[in-house]
Amino acid sequence: MALVRSPRFWLSAVTLLLLAAVPAAAKAVGQPFYMTLFLRIMIYGLAALSLNLVLGFGGMVSFGHALYLGLGAYAVGISSTLGVTSGWVHLAIALAAAVGVSLFTGLISLRTSGIAFIMITLAFAQMFFFLAVSLKQFGGDEGMTIAQPSDFGLLPLGNKVVFYYAVFALLVAALYGSRRLVESRFGMVLRGTMSNERRMKALGFPTLRYRLTAYVIGACVCAVAGLLLANLTGFASPDYMAWSRSGELIVMVVLGGMGTLMGPVVGATVLLLLEEVLTAFTDHWMIVLGPIILLIAVLAKRGIVGLLPAPRGGGE
Amino acid sequence: MNLTLFFTQALNGFQLGVLLFLLAAGLTLVFGIMNFVNLAHGSLYMMGAYLAATAYNKTDSFWLAAVGGIGGGFLLGVVLQQVALRTLFDRDHLDQVLATFGLILFFNELARMIWGASPYYMNVPEALSGAVEFAGISYPVYRLLIIGVGLTVACGAWFLIQKTRVGMLIRAGASVGWMVGALGVNIKLLNMVLFGLGAALAGLAGLMAGPILSVQAGMGEPILILTLVTIVIGGIGSIRGAFLGAVIVGMVDTVGRTMLPVLLRQFLDRTVANAAGPAIASMSIYLLMAAVLAVKPEGLFPVKNG
Repeated sequence: MALVRSPRFWLSAVTLLLLAAVPAAAKAVGQPFYMTLFLRIMIYGLAALSLNLVLGFGGMVSFGHALYLGLGAYAVGISSTLGVTSGWVHLAIALAAAVGVSLFTGLISLRTSGIAFIMITLAFAQMFFFLAVSLKQFGGDEGMTIAQPSDFGLLPLGNKVVFYYAVFALLVAALYGSRRLVESRFGMVLRGTMSNERRMKALGFPTLRYRLTAYVIGACVCAVAGLLLANLTGFASPDYMAWSRSGELIVMVVLGGMGTLMGPVVGATVLLLLEEVLTAFTDHWMIVLGPIILLIAVLAKRGIVGLLPAPRGGGE
Repeated sequence: MNLTLFFTQALNGFQLGVLLFLLAAGLTLVFGIMNFVNLAHGSLYMMGAYLAATAYNKTDSFWLAAVGGIGGGFLLGVVLQQVALRTLFDRDHLDQVLATFGLILFFNELARMIWGASPYYMNVPEALSGAVEFAGISYPVYRLLIIGVGLTVACGAWFLIQKTRVGMLIRAGASVGWMVGALGVNIKLLNMVLFGLGAALAGLAGLMAGPILSVQAGMGEPILILTLVTIVIGGIGSIRGAFLGAVIVGMVDTVGRTMLPVLLRQFLDRTVANAAGPAIASMSIYLLMAAVLAVKPEGLFPVKNG
């Protein structure tokens, strides 16, 4: 039972327990704002987790992951503008769009590697960014407000506490799911491909298929995060798939610890809280954040979770 | 279709292409030789534009503006490389992306603090503000100057890389960097100069773009992304690819934007064409890039001797 005693296990447990306690704490101090803040943190945590599947376990440096955040948000925005309010329909559209787009862009992008892959994923995200900007009937570059949240029947997302615990449950499920995925045979092949693609090919694995599958799964999870984000902010705009948003997702993953289970969630928490604190001090908070990101890149190779010793047997 | 409009747009497209080349040349060499992803290249362009515009507005001399833009870009590039980026040359691409992403945020905010959030304007110098008439087309002199400067730089870069000893070392460094170092060449100095030259070209692009665009924080990113598309289409590390890729991207983008809606109107209902035209036009270069990659993942004009 090395896992149970490992510091990483305790970090995950404490983080999740703290997240679970936020609604009660926010109510106790009379600051419902904190609940919205941590909702945002969990949603970005989910998005970062999905990028971690692609980046941390698949070794694919995607600089356009926010594209799927935007797809999820636009699935909600466009359908509710057209009068469709069922959340299940929104979810189905978001997932279908994510699968379609990620299959198409993934197949082309994965023909390249290294620098070219980074730039192509970035360019595809930009392509959809400009597509969203040109959708004048859906708000153009200003974006659109979402009059009605996705209607999930028994789960009224209008109720913040219900919304909070729904997202929390989803995050826990995603963490469990990604752990199972990474430790499965599929995950082994994927990680093997990350460390040495040529060797995996020589062993007879069709590596492209494995990578593409991971890329599509990551896109789907991120689209769900986008759907949640649109419901939280009541807004969908091209800004959700801006290149800077993709960059922030990468920062979250690397800051928390690439290729670790809890890293993305920890990274999202730290980055968004840091933004919150810096904004309180100065309008020009980015002038502080920029160099911090630079330092993270230069110094903290393994991220916060990576600093804690891994349980025996490596992996998670 | 209106032929004059087409030629004017083609010239505009060529001019954008030449501007893109100024950025792509530096970026592609740094990619190809140092294996370094410098997303902050767009920030160097922005700083070059701000410095040039400030110098011009203070002194009213375009020559001093040129010194500010190009010299400022060069110095900034060298300092940046020595202070922050040098340690990242041997790292993997992810660290480089992350570090330069941080730099973009830093420079955008810095520009906002120094010059304010609203656009900063730089006028076209008096002597260059006229227009040239030929074959029934009237075209601004300043835009022709941009084309001229770009072509001069392209020829200069070709000469430097293909015909001089420094160029030979650069090409050798692109193939096997440590081997050139082992042969007694100061590869670090070479890299520093090369990085600085790329930054100076970015500053030059900023100087030239200043009077025709508004200079503002964040102006570097849209053009950086166009430049990345250019490099991918042209083939990473190749100056020739950068030039041809830049012209293709500039043409497709500009001509597509004006001609596609007109063209679509011939086949489609007017309202549909008006809605679909701009959407397809703004996506066109990305579709082009996707098509190029699907056929030739290494780009259209890859380095032959690399």
